[in-house]
Amino acid sequence: MAKVTIDGIEVEVADGTTILNAARQIGGNVVPPAMCYYTSLKDSGGKCRVCLVKVTQGSAKDPRPMPKLVASCRTNVMDGMVVQNLTSPEVLEARKGVVEFLLLNHPLDCPICDQAGECDLQNLAYEHGAAKTRYEEERRTFEKIDIGDKIKLHMTRCILCYRCTYVADQLTDNRVHGILNRGDASEISTYIEKAVDNDFSGNMIDVCPVGALTDKTFRFKSRVWFTKPVDAHRDCPKCSGKVVLWTKGEEILRVSARKDQYGEVKEFICNECRYDHKEMKDWTVEGPRHIDRHSVISQNHYEKIDLLKLKKEVERQLEFQRGNPLPEPNPTLNP
Amino acid sequence: MARKLLLEHENIPGIATFDVYRKNGGYASVEKAIKTMTPDEVTEEVKKSGLRGRGGAGFPAGMKWSFLDRKSTKPRYLVCNADESEPGTFKDRYLMEKIPHLLIEGMITSSYALGANTSYIYVRGEYMYVIRILEKAIEEAYAAGFLGNNILGSGYSLDMYVQPGGGAYICGEETALLESLEGKRGNPRLKPPFPAIAGLYASPTVVNNVETIAAVVPIVNNGGEEYAKIGIGKSTGTKLISAGGHINNPGVYEIELGLPVEEFIYSKEYCGGIWKGRKLKAVVAGGSSVPILPAGLILKTAKGEPRLMSYESLSEGGFVTGTMLGSGGFIVLDETACIVHHLYTFARFYHHESCGQCSPCREGTGWMEKVIHRIEHGHGHMRDIDLLVDVAKKIEGNTICPLGDAAAWPVASAIRHFREEFEYHIKYPEKVKNPKHFEIEPFVSERVAALV
Amino acid sequence: MEVKFSDETLALVNKIIKRYPEGKQKSALLPLLHLAQAEFDGWLSPAVMDYVASILHIKPIEVYEVASFYTMYNMKPVGKCLIEVCRTGPCMLRGAEDIVAHIENRLGIKEGETTADGLFTLKTTECLGSCGTAPMLQCGADYYENLTNEKVDTLLDKLAVVKEHSTYMRSNRQEI
Repeated sequence: MAKVTIDGIEVEVADGTTILNAARQIGGNVVPPAMCYYTSLKDSGGKCRVCLVKVTQGSAKDPRPMPKLVASCRTNVMDGMVVQNLTSPEVLEARKGVVEFLLLNHPLDCPICDQAGECDLQNLAYEHGAAKTRYEEERRTFEKIDIGDKIKLHMTRCILCYRCTYVADQLTDNRVHGILNRGDASEISTYIEKAVDNDFSGNMIDVCPVGALTDKTFRFKSRVWFTKPVDAHRDCPKCSGKVVLWTKGEEILRVSARKDQYGEVKEFICNECRYDHKEMKDWTVEGPRHIDRHSVISQNHYEKIDLLKLKKEVERQLEFQRGNPLPEPNPTLNP
Repeated sequence: MARKLLLEHENIPGIATFDVYRKNGGYASVEKAIKTMTPDEVTEEVKKSGLRGRGGAGFPAGMKWSFLDRKSTKPRYLVCNADESEPGTFKDRYLMEKIPHLLIEGMITSSYALGANTSYIYVRGEYMYVIRILEKAIEEAYAAGFLGNNILGSGYSLDMYVQPGGGAYICGEETALLESLEGKRGNPRLKPPFPAIAGLYASPTVVNNVETIAAVVPIVNNGGEEYAKIGIGKSTGTKLISAGGHINNPGVYEIELGLPVEEFIYSKEYCGGIWKGRKLKAVVAGGSSVPILPAGLILKTAKGEPRLMSYESLSEGGFVTGTMLGSGGFIVLDETACIVHHLYTFARFYHHESCGQCSPCREGTGWMEKVIHRIEHGHGHMRDIDLLVDVAKKIEGNTICPLGDAAAWPVASAIRHFREEFEYHIKYPEKVKNPKHFEIEPFVSERVAALV
Repeated sequence: MEVKFSDETLALVNKIIKRYPEGKQKSALLPLLHLAQAEFDGWLSPAVMDYVASILHIKPIEVYEVASFYTMYNMKPVGKCLIEVCRTGPCMLRGAEDIVAHIENRLGIKEGETTADGLFTLKTTECLGSCGTAPMLQCGADYYENLTNEKVDTLLDKLAVVKEHSTYMRSNRQEI
């Protein structure tokens, strides 16, 4: 076991845990964002440089600080390590820089991109980015292509996190797409036209943090915050069958796997569950899905009405009507 | 006359063949090491010599060897980094072409010290004719019994192979080299784990530059302490400098570390002064990745002391008034050289060679190239100069491997020392339309220290 | 038409694969791609890359990824003589750009293009490690250094009449 202090909060974790996972055990604001790391995909992480943190004390035995910022998703915790995330201005500067670099060649597609509302890059840019871009040069472009007949690849939006290649390598038995070329001409492609038809390939859509890989069956059908996500399952011999149905009325607009609060899927689903069952009668509905991430999508507070919150809000309105000052901070807002 | 440890026999006819090389004292270090020394004793000699990595990083070689995981049951590997792609550097090619057996002898002695039974020489693919020379030399060594099973009857066996690269500067970085050796894309790995623990095929590996391994030969022959007597301070021994640019005698020179820079540039024994009777403007002392220095600061430090060719003296002043010895690729610019255009070729180089894994380097190198291109052709704005400095600052330190730093340092240093030239390109776009504008009218700066 | 190495090349291929430990034959990919490029017209078509993948028992996409990463592998057809002129810092300082302009003039093509008769392709590259003998160019495996416009003309004249084109594995070095 090793003790590590992140932004002043101490936590004890098993040996071999990374700084990012230790921060996730604490939860809340100390968790650095992560775009290319995925817990269940081996070798992922360390590339996007979004999770950089400052290690001011390497360990209790060797208290020297680390000279450069380190990627928290791939650095193991040592006993007595002290880490600074949001409390270090250097880290915040670096994160702003990295977000700027990620947005450099990224097209301004939000108005037409299906991922809007559940996009990691949108959330990151909103928290750490600048309001305007300084980039005046031409952006690199690619043609939109189909990877298989159910997945659309917008290579211009890709941030090269490599997650989709790891999914193809580790979840399926036949990878036909990969990364070609070098530098900022890198592209995810099959090189020659090849269909990606392996049965778990649809999970590429779920792991992609931006709108580069999207579900063609859902393309342009609806903005994601106008849909009602519900947890559901079915008996599936190939996978766990546990999904989220994104519904509008009685219609299922799309089916996806269940992501946890960090956007990671714990149980992957097969292509049949994802594409071939779009009728409510195919599914056993469990209940509305609670979206943990404080993104635009969770503003649609449809799932339950917190009665205590409602009572507090009514009392607040009455106070206001009586001409009394409002109690601050507003107790009904989310922290 | 300076001592030459590596290139002593460079001009003997036939020195590239085994017989002539052996007649001139070749492979003596192999016999001495295998017959009379233990592997640890050889490592001790290298430590005593103070030999530092000659590929650019300058990390003490003996220390790197001692990090090798000797407790692991996995096979150990020695890999020679002959990927020489740093612009300005051509010393390894010269050494391998002229005296290939020196490298092979160094490899055998080093492999013995590390306990490796298989070693690879990773040569950049463009050096295909050098690869053929090395392969022939290795065949000769096998035939003479210095490679293969039971070398000199000692029971120690070593196999050595040459691996061609495919054309990528990034494969000069040690973990990217190992990835390329494994047949994959040359993407650097995250460190830790270091190659000494888990390197080639996840086994303990040491990666060293050609010149570093070649230097093991005189170290074992004469002893580490003798080697340490040459040089100055922590910069011991000799170094091969690849001199190029606007000088009279470009070429490879073996110097004793501690030689004054002024002597190196102007003496007839070395570069022979600036060509065409012109004046010195700037020097890039250690390959394209190190900061560029104006004439005043390369001949003397900021404190006024004469600058010497050594790790310490060149780094005097940090990156504000100093530079680095790096790989020893010494590029000289005269008064007609345009710093902006020169910087553009380097920015274009790093953009072309970035592997694309991490966002700061992948996007940042392209951004810097495009902005410098605009400034060079008269379409820049004053704010672009500070933009470049900021982008360079945001790349530095945030990348997986040092290529990001190597791309940022030239930009930051060129603007730090030659800001007026950038401003000139922005203020007078008409004057810079001709690419040879400074040959017509050399740039005169009020701020830069007096040209020599 | 089936893609297959000659028997001589196959013997060399097997020798190369033996350099690496058991199960690590993927390390032979870079040398094999050089051999394949030399044997099959100087470039790597998808069929050639699939063939190399089958020899090494790896997936074709793994070969495509590696071949497109490294600059020496040509993914499109090239002329019989691939002329590559270095254009980084030290070579630029000693006049490499004038050499490129001269070749473009002489052959009537721009950088990156091939002459109509399929003989010459002109490319510019990054540092080739010959800064002390700049300006210079590489044709196949051969380096031609200390160039002047006259030497370039002599070289192009000589290369135009030679039957065997230069590849990275086969030298046809000319005296200039």
